[in-house]
Amino acid sequence: MAASDPAAIHAALRSHFGDAVGDLAGTRPDNTGTTVAPSAIVDVCRFLKTETGLAFDCLSNLSGVDYPKRNVIEVVYHLYSYRYRHLFVLKVDVPRDNPAVPSVAGVWHAAEWQEREVFDLLGVTFEGHPDLRRILMPEDWPGHPLRKDFVEPEEYHGISTSRESLLKT
Amino acid sequence: MQELVDRLVADGLVPGGIPLWACYLAAMLLFGGIVVFVFILPIAGITTWVERRVAGRIQSRIGPNRTGPAGFLQWLADGIKSVLKEDIVPSAADVPLFKLAPYVVITGFVAAFVVVPFGGPLIIADLNVGILYLTAVTALVVVGILMAGWASNNKWSLLGGIRSAAQIVSYEIPAGLSFLPVVMLAGTLSMQGIIRHQGWAPWTWHVFDNPFTFLAFFIFFVSALAEGNRTPFDLPEAESELVMGFATEYSGLRNLLFFMAEWGNLYIIGAVVTTLFLGGWQIPLALAEHPVPRTVLQFALFFAKAYFWVFVAVWLRWTLPRIRVDQMMVMCWKYLVPLAFVNLMGTAVWMVLFPAGLGGVRVLLCLCAAGLLGVFARRVVFHIRRARLTRQDLSFNPLSTARVIG
Amino acid sequence: MSLTGFEVEIQREVDGGLSTEDMTLSMGPQHPSTHGVLRFVVRADGEVMKEAIPDIGYLHRSIEKIAEKVGWHGFMPYTDRVDYVAAMFCNQGWAMAGERLAGIEVPKRSEYCRVIAAEFNRIQSHLLSVGSMAMDIGAYTPFTHALREREYINDLIEELCGARLTFNYMRIGGVAWDIPPGWREKALAYVERFEPLIDEYNALIFAYVERFEPLIDEYNALISFNKIYTERLANVAVITAQEAIDYNLVGPNLRGSGVHYDVRRDEPYSVYPELDFEVPVGTGEMGMVGDCFDRYMVRMREMKESCKILRQCLQRLPGGPVVAKVARNFKPPAGDCYVRVESARGDMGWYVVSDGTAFPHRCKIRTGSFAAMSIIQKVSRNLMIADLIAVIASFDLVAPEIDR
Repeated sequence: MAASDPAAIHAALRSHFGDAVGDLAGTRPDNTGTTVAPSAIVDVCRFLKTETGLAFDCLSNLSGVDYPKRNVIEVVYHLYSYRYRHLFVLKVDVPRDNPAVPSVAGVWHAAEWQEREVFDLLGVTFEGHPDLRRILMPEDWPGHPLRKDFVEPEEYHGISTSRESLLKT
Repeated sequence: MQELVDRLVADGLVPGGIPLWACYLAAMLLFGGIVVFVFILPIAGITTWVERRVAGRIQSRIGPNRTGPAGFLQWLADGIKSVLKEDIVPSAADVPLFKLAPYVVITGFVAAFVVVPFGGPLIIADLNVGILYLTAVTALVVVGILMAGWASNNKWSLLGGIRSAAQIVSYEIPAGLSFLPVVMLAGTLSMQGIIRHQGWAPWTWHVFDNPFTFLAFFIFFVSALAEGNRTPFDLPEAESELVMGFATEYSGLRNLLFFMAEWGNLYIIGAVVTTLFLGGWQIPLALAEHPVPRTVLQFALFFAKAYFWVFVAVWLRWTLPRIRVDQMMVMCWKYLVPLAFVNLMGTAVWMVLFPAGLGGVRVLLCLCAAGLLGVFARRVVFHIRRARLTRQDLSFNPLSTARVIG
Repeated sequence: MSLTGFEVEIQREVDGGLSTEDMTLSMGPQHPSTHGVLRFVVRADGEVMKEAIPDIGYLHRSIEKIAEKVGWHGFMPYTDRVDYVAAMFCNQGWAMAGERLAGIEVPKRSEYCRVIAAEFNRIQSHLLSVGSMAMDIGAYTPFTHALREREYINDLIEELCGARLTFNYMRIGGVAWDIPPGWREKALAYVERFEPLIDEYNALIFAYVERFEPLIDEYNALISFNKIYTERLANVAVITAQEAIDYNLVGPNLRGSGVHYDVRRDEPYSVYPELDFEVPVGTGEMGMVGDCFDRYMVRMREMKESCKILRQCLQRLPGGPVVAKVARNFKPPAGDCYVRVESARGDMGWYVVSDGTAFPHRCKIRTGSFAAMSIIQKVSRNLMIADLIAVIASFDLVAPEIDR
């Protein structure tokens, strides 16, 4: 079923995965998708990649968003198909205090580094990732900087992270 | 040199009582000193100026133009600056080797000047193993480079030193095999002897003697470039390695010595190529009778020929990209060495078949070369003409009032 | 690439024999040939690498977090610094994100100005890329020629928006300044002059010009003295189309592997649907499809296509305002959007989440160089160190894009 229609994609997902897949949401082609339960994400991704009518062969973006008000961290997957030229968004919500999502690095190699970045900056653990370690920050940096409640450490290896304002006399 | 001293002694210009060997020694040292300080150092320096101006011209920019007229004193300023710079020795380096390496390289380089002819009787020592001595002594440079690479305590320098050593040692083979045909033709290893075997006219030069020596000329030039670590063979120096390969950790005077060795080597390449293949300093004897103006003319001609090849090496450096190490090795061992062997045997066979050479072939090869030069000149003229057509565009200034395009 | 004759047998017995180990080199953050502050930990066996493990983060400036602090309009200068070589595209991505979230309609003239500025920037970026690629391979001269051409564009853009590198030209809703008088003619004159020079540049590197002197053509083919360049690049680091898609390579890297995809044509935005241009794809001219040479040639051809686009835009420039009316206290409604622009380095994805306030909730920038870095570890196995340089240059990496 070659479907460029998000509703059809959603219907296919629903029929395969039932309740693990949420409702179709979105206002424009670039933000239309569904939520997925964390435990099912790998299977959903593999299904979307290998199913003949869907063929989402490219993981265009994998990002994490911190929603302290809802107390979740949302991992957002933008999937794109070069064959059928359609885009679909998957969102996985995980609790903020112990965020863990199965890794999709086995489905697309592009996920390896993207997931490392989400781990580094937001603290989400990706289970099954071949090499989960910090990528942008130094290995021994405390904390996860992109979290809304991140407080910058006073110093790092003896170097102070703030300095006197140069405007003060 | 020897004949000059003999003539001076015979003319009674030398105070009596001094043994002959002392005269020779004094004359060699004096001439050696003059050559080193008046010729080698300035030539190495001036070649850097020539290189930078030529590079600027090729890259559509001006080279150095501030220090002195047209930037001519730039090399002097750079030399003085290098000498005055702080002398840094890496703390974990192998200090005796580190300090010794530049001197080994410079020794190998300067020692080669003993057999480089300048014109007429001007040569420090016309050894009867001239060209072989040259090959042997320039191999000393390999030792110096390896020492520099190892003693720097820097993995990149080590890689650069090893690559350079492999390259120089490998390219000695085709170089040596390429000058052997010339030696066979001339019947002597001595540099002056090889020059005397040729004449002033192009068809008497070794390069046009037979097609095998013609090919040997190109192989020799390419191998000499590789031995001098010049682009396209400059992997040991530049590129992925840090700034200067084996010489990265060197500063100040030691760095200057490495530099000088490289640029002076260009002149040696030119001089040797001219000696072996292009008739050396031979001029038509009718031009000057008296020995002094004759020697001056011979020197001028030799210098011009040798420097032309320096210019070609500089030009190649700024035009061609670099060859990768394994490609370079493949080229040497799989292509140049067999070709050089073929040349050697071909020349031997030619000499047996035509003991006095074939005048017709010589003239034919001369015409070939003239033809190649003509085609090349045609291309140059075409490009110059095309550049002239767009000269208005060359002074294109987007900020000035532009012409309106319809 | 053949290694026959150069492979060295490694002996590992310690007692009574030679013991050798691999060298671990750090192609460190300071290096003349890496494009920015990048580090590779290279495990090498002499010349041949076992692996080159990239280590990034030296240029991480937390730009995404800064977006959450400075607000919608204030973030525009920061977007320049995400990829300072091709800054117009970053500007455009952010502006389009704001416009899409708030549903703002951008005037026609400003769309044309955007495309003109963007295509000039594309030429600028590609010139720098091919120039520095040639320089890394060892030919120093083409770099200076490329920069000479780039200087003219720098001057033109300076007249347009006041800056040569980090432009801050676009605004949410349009562009900052209108095209100055006389600029259009100068820009057209430049495009006319530049297009044939691309061939000349190719000739320096690729020896293919002499169209009107066929004898010289054959002579060139006989000698083809720039074979050195093609030998260095052909068949090095071949990436198949499947791998390219799997690792999320974009732009010339993806097209060099044979995938016919360009965001401008396939997911069109701005006024690209009205323009006529082609999308060059790698065809394995000198080696296999997807080697370094293909990626290089795709960039060269893209410059020509940019010239075509520029000519069309400059001739068709409509009148009108250059910026839509956007509130100074810009508060787009809550929601998220995913904008993709075809930057010089490929499809740049901007995932922007708004929560209805004057400050974005999250801005994630997914860049092409990030993905290209991730494939280097795989591609570098059994390459030589000199090839690693060629590979890095052929991917056209810029460190600020990788680290943000």
